Amino acid sequence: MRFGVVRFPGSCDDVDALLACQRVPGASAQLLWHGDADLHGVEAVVIPGGFSYGDYLRVGAIARFSPVMESVIRFAEAGGLVLGICNGFQVLCEAGLLPGALLPNVNRRFICRQVNVEVVRARMPFSADMADGEVLSIPVKHTSGRYYAPAAVLESLEADGQIVLRYAHDANPNGSSNDIAGVTNAAGNVFGLMPHPEHAVEPLSGSVDGLKIFTSMAHAHG
Amino acid sequence: MTTRARVLVRPKAGILDPQGVAVERALPALGFEGVANVHVGRLIELDIDEPSQLPAICEKLLANPLIEDFEIVSEP
Amino acid sequence: MPTVEQAVALGLTPGEYELIVEKIGRQPNAVELAVFSLMWSEHCAYKHSKKLLRSLPTEGPRLALGPGENAGAVDVGDGWVVAFKVESHNHPSAVEPFQGAATGVGGILRDIFAIGARPIAILDSLRFGEPSSPRSRYLLDHAVGGIGHYGNSVGVPTIGGEVYFEGPYEQNCLVNAMALGLARADSLIRSAATGIGNALVLFGASTGRDGIGGASVLASAELGAGDDDKRPTVQVGDPFAEKKLLECSLELLERGLLVALQDLGAAGLSSSSAEMASKGEVGLDVDVARVPLREAGMEPWEIMVSESQERMLCVVEPSQLDELLAVCEKWEVDASAIGAVTDTRALRVFVGDEIVGEMPVPALVDDCPLYDLTVEPPAAGLYPAPPPVLVADASPQEVLLALIAAPNIASRLPLFEQYDSLVQSRTVRRPEQADAAVLALPETPRGIAVSIDGSGRRVACDPYTGAIEAVLECTANLACAGAEPLGLTNCLNFGNPEKPHIAWQLTEAIRGLGDACRAFDVPVVGGNVSLYNESSDGPIYPTPVVGIVGELPDVARAGRSGFTRAGDAVALAGPFAPSLPGSELAKLRGDELPAGLAQIDVAAVRTAQQAIRDAVRAGELSSAHDVAEGGLLVAVAESCLGGAIGATIEVGAGDELMQTLFGESLGSGFVVSGSQDALRRLGERVSLDILGTVGGESLVLTSSELLIDVTLDELRAAHGALAPLFA
Repeated sequence: MRFGVVRFPGSCDDVDALLACQRVPGASAQLLWHGDADLHGVEAVVIPGGFSYGDYLRVGAIARFSPVMESVIRFAEAGGLVLGICNGFQVLCEAGLLPGALLPNVNRRFICRQVNVEVVRARMPFSADMADGEVLSIPVKHTSGRYYAPAAVLESLEADGQIVLRYAHDANPNGSSNDIAGVTNAAGNVFGLMPHPEHAVEPLSGSVDGLKIFTSMAHAHG
Repeated sequence: MTTRARVLVRPKAGILDPQGVAVERALPALGFEGVANVHVGRLIELDIDEPSQLPAICEKLLANPLIEDFEIVSEP
Repeated sequence: MPTVEQAVALGLTPGEYELIVEKIGRQPNAVELAVFSLMWSEHCAYKHSKKLLRSLPTEGPRLALGPGENAGAVDVGDGWVVAFKVESHNHPSAVEPFQGAATGVGGILRDIFAIGARPIAILDSLRFGEPSSPRSRYLLDHAVGGIGHYGNSVGVPTIGGEVYFEGPYEQNCLVNAMALGLARADSLIRSAATGIGNALVLFGASTGRDGIGGASVLASAELGAGDDDKRPTVQVGDPFAEKKLLECSLELLERGLLVALQDLGAAGLSSSSAEMASKGEVGLDVDVARVPLREAGMEPWEIMVSESQERMLCVVEPSQLDELLAVCEKWEVDASAIGAVTDTRALRVFVGDEIVGEMPVPALVDDCPLYDLTVEPPAAGLYPAPPPVLVADASPQEVLLALIAAPNIASRLPLFEQYDSLVQSRTVRRPEQADAAVLALPETPRGIAVSIDGSGRRVACDPYTGAIEAVLECTANLACAGAEPLGLTNCLNFGNPEKPHIAWQLTEAIRGLGDACRAFDVPVVGGNVSLYNESSDGPIYPTPVVGIVGELPDVARAGRSGFTRAGDAVALAGPFAPSLPGSELAKLRGDELPAGLAQIDVAAVRTAQQAIRDAVRAGELSSAHDVAEGGLLVAVAESCLGGAIGATIEVGAGDELMQTLFGESLGSGFVVSGSQDALRRLGERVSLDILGTVGGESLVLTSSELLIDVTLDELRAAHGALAPLFA
C-alpha cells in the first residue's frame, strides 16, 4: 500500500499522518505538495489536519481549489480511498466529496482532549479491522468540529450506514449532530473524521486504537 | 469600471450560532436589555470589475450555501 | 533635526542623548534618533540589569549555545541539541491580550527557528489579578485564546505552563512564552553577518506601522496628532504567515543557502540589522525603499522601527540569491534584497541612492551606558495583605477543599485543553499527567522533560530564597518525570529598577538564581528581562520565571504524578520542612506576607531530587509528585485526582498539624507511591515517611482521629473551579 499525505502550506499534522501510515506493515507513504496535481501513483490519499491555507475565510474553503485537490477529487470519483482527518474532513466537505459541514464547536473554543468513539459500522474500507460497537480512544483537537447536515441528509446517512464513528456516550466534545465523529460518502471510499487517529498509533501516547484506521485501509485495498 | 461591493455572510437561520449566543448572553450582564436574535457573520469588502460575477463568487467560495446565507451590497 | 526634548520623549536621558551626539560626532537626525532610542532602550540594551546578569553561571558540560544568540541550546546526545528561551510579552498583552499573547508566541518561535531549530514545544507562564475581577477574567480568557490561536495554527504543541492569580498583577498582567526547538548540532546557524558584498534579504510579511506608537514623537508635520489611528501600537499576529516563514527558513537552511539568519523582534529592522552587523564585526547598508510596505507613505524611521510580525532577515551570497528567492516563492513568502554587508562598521540607511542615516554599529550595540542600581531593602512590606477568603478556624477538610479550588491550585486543564499538546507526535506526558511535560527524541529511547515555574508571592516574601525556590520547584518537577536538568532560561519580571526597593528585589533574586544554578550545575543559556511592571497600585510581585530543560534516558519510564495502583504505599520523601507563612493557605486566610522565608539546604534538596529521579528512571515508583502550593495534603489529593484513585493516609498528631498538612517549602518534598520494597529502597537514600495506602474512591486522613474523608467526586468538583471562567 502506497499512501500519499497531502501537504498544504498550513498543514500541521502532515508528518504525523505520514509516520502513522508508515507504521502499517508493508506500507510506504509520501507527501503530496499542494501545488502539484500529480498524485505520483499513490494508492490512498490522506488529507491531514492543520489550517491548509490559513483557513481565515472558512475552514477548508480555499484548499479544495488547489491543484492537488482537483486530482484528489478525480481520484475519489474513480473509487480511490481518501481519508480526511480534522481539517482534511473539513476540506472534503467543502469539496463536496462528503455530505455536511463542520461548524464552530458549541463552546466556541479549541478543544484538545482524548475521547472515546464508538464504531458504528465495522467491515467498511476504513473500519475493516474493527468490530461493531468497539470503543476507540483517539484525541480530538479542533475549533470547528461540530458536524452538521440537514435533517434529511442525517436521516439518509443513518439509513445508508454512512456513519462509521460516533462519539461515545457523554463524549461529544463539540455538539455534532447525532454524535457523529466520522462519515463516509455513499460509495464508502471517502471517509472524514474529526478525531486524529494519527495521534493514537504509539503506545507511549497512551493509545494505539487509531492505527486500525490505517491498517483497515491497507486491508481494504488488498 | 470598478464597483465597490460588500458581501455579508451569516449563519443560515436555524443553525446554532455559538458566537451569536455568546454575544446575546453577554449583553444583559452589561446592562443592555431587550436584545434578541444576535447572529455573528462576516463582512467581505472587495473591488470588482464585473459585479455580475458576485453571486457565483459567493456560492463557490465566500459562503458555504449549506450553512450560510449571503447578501451582496454593491455601490456604484 | 530632532531636539533633545524629543529624545527624552523617546525614553533617552539628556545624558544619553549627549553621548549619542559624541559617538556620531553630530546631532542625530530622525532616523538615527529613532534607531538609537530603541537600541538604547531597556528592552534592547538591558541597561539596568546587564551588570547583574553577568553574575549568572553560563557554563556547563552540556551547553551547546550560550547567551548572546537568539536562543540558547543544550546537547541532548546523538548529535541533537535542544534550543530554548523564554520571553515576556507583558505590555502588549495588557493592551490587547489576544494579540499580545499571540504575538508573544510568534516572537519566541522565531527566536527558535532563527538559530536553525525546528520549534517543537511551547510553554506559557501567565500572571493575572484574582479571577474575581472581571478585567482579570477578560485578560485570562483572551490571552489563553491568543496563545492557542497562534500555537495551534502554527503546528507547535503547547505542552505545559503555569498560571497564578494575585492582586498585584491586576493592573499589570504577565505573559511569558517559552519555546523549545530541535536541531542537529552541526546545523545551527548564527546571526553574525559576514562576507563583504553579501546580500541582506528581508523575507516574510510586509512592513506596516505596527508597534511604533512609542516613537510617534518623531512624526513629521503631515502626520500630526489627529492621525493617531495611523500608528497602531498593537501588533497583529498571522500564524499562517509564521508557519510558511518557519518552513521556508528551515528549507533555506537545509539547502545551505544562508550565511546568517536573524528574526525581527522588538525594534524591528533596527535591532536585527545592528545585531547582525555587530556579531559579524561588519557594516550593513539597508535601503528602506526596497522594503515591501503594507501601508503607503511610511517614513524611513518608521520602516526602521516597525515591529510588524512574521519577518526574518538573512545574509546570502550573491550567487545563491536566486535560489533563495525561489525557495521563498515556493512557500509563498515575499522576499527582497534590501541591502548588503559592508566593511564600514556602520549601519547606513538609504532611500534609494540617498543616505538618510549613518550610525557606527559599536555605538548602537555596545556603547549604551550600563547603570548601577541603588539597592535598599524595604523597611516594611511593599504589598498589602491579600483579602481573606477563609476563616482562621476552618477544619482540615474545609481547608483542603478550599485550597484544591483556589485559583492558584485548581486544575489547569480548562486552559490546557484549549491548546494542541499533541501535534508533531513527540508528546509522551501531556499537561497534568506528570509534573513536567515529556517529549520523545527522534530515533532513540531518550527524551526531554521541561517545566516552567516561578511563584511571585514567595519571591515577594524573600527575593533570594524565593528565586532559589523557583529553580528547585522546576528541577523537582523534572525529577518527578525522571529527568536531569541540563540548562535554564529565565524571564525576570520586575517593577521599576530605578526604585531602590525594586532594585533590591532584582539584585537578591538574581543572586538566588545564580546560587541555585551553581548548586545544581545548571547553566543559564539565555533569558529575558521585563522591568517597569508597575501601575498606580504599585509594583507587581517580583516574578523571576524559570524554565528548565532536562533529559531522561528512557521516555517509556517517564514519571507520572497520579497514583496508578491500588495497594501501593504512599510516602512523603525529601528534606521537607514546611512552614505556613507565605503559603497558599496563609493567602486564603488573608495573612500579611512574611519578611523572609525559611532558608533551604539546597545541597540536601539536590541529593533528594537525584534519589527521586533515579527511582523514577529505574521504574521503581508508580507515581512521583512534588509538594508545591498548598502543601502535603494538596499534593496527595492531586495524585488521587491524577490517577482517579483514592488514598488513606495518617499523619502524627500535634500542634503543628496544619503546618504539616498545608505548609510549604517548594521543591523539597515529594509524594511518591510504589511497593513497600521500592519505597524502603528509596528511604535508604532520602528521608522518607510512609503515609498510607493507595486505593478506594475517597481521600481519607486520620491523625489520632478521622480528620478528612472526601470522595474523589467532591475533590474533582472543587478542583474544577477554573472551568466556569471559560464557559
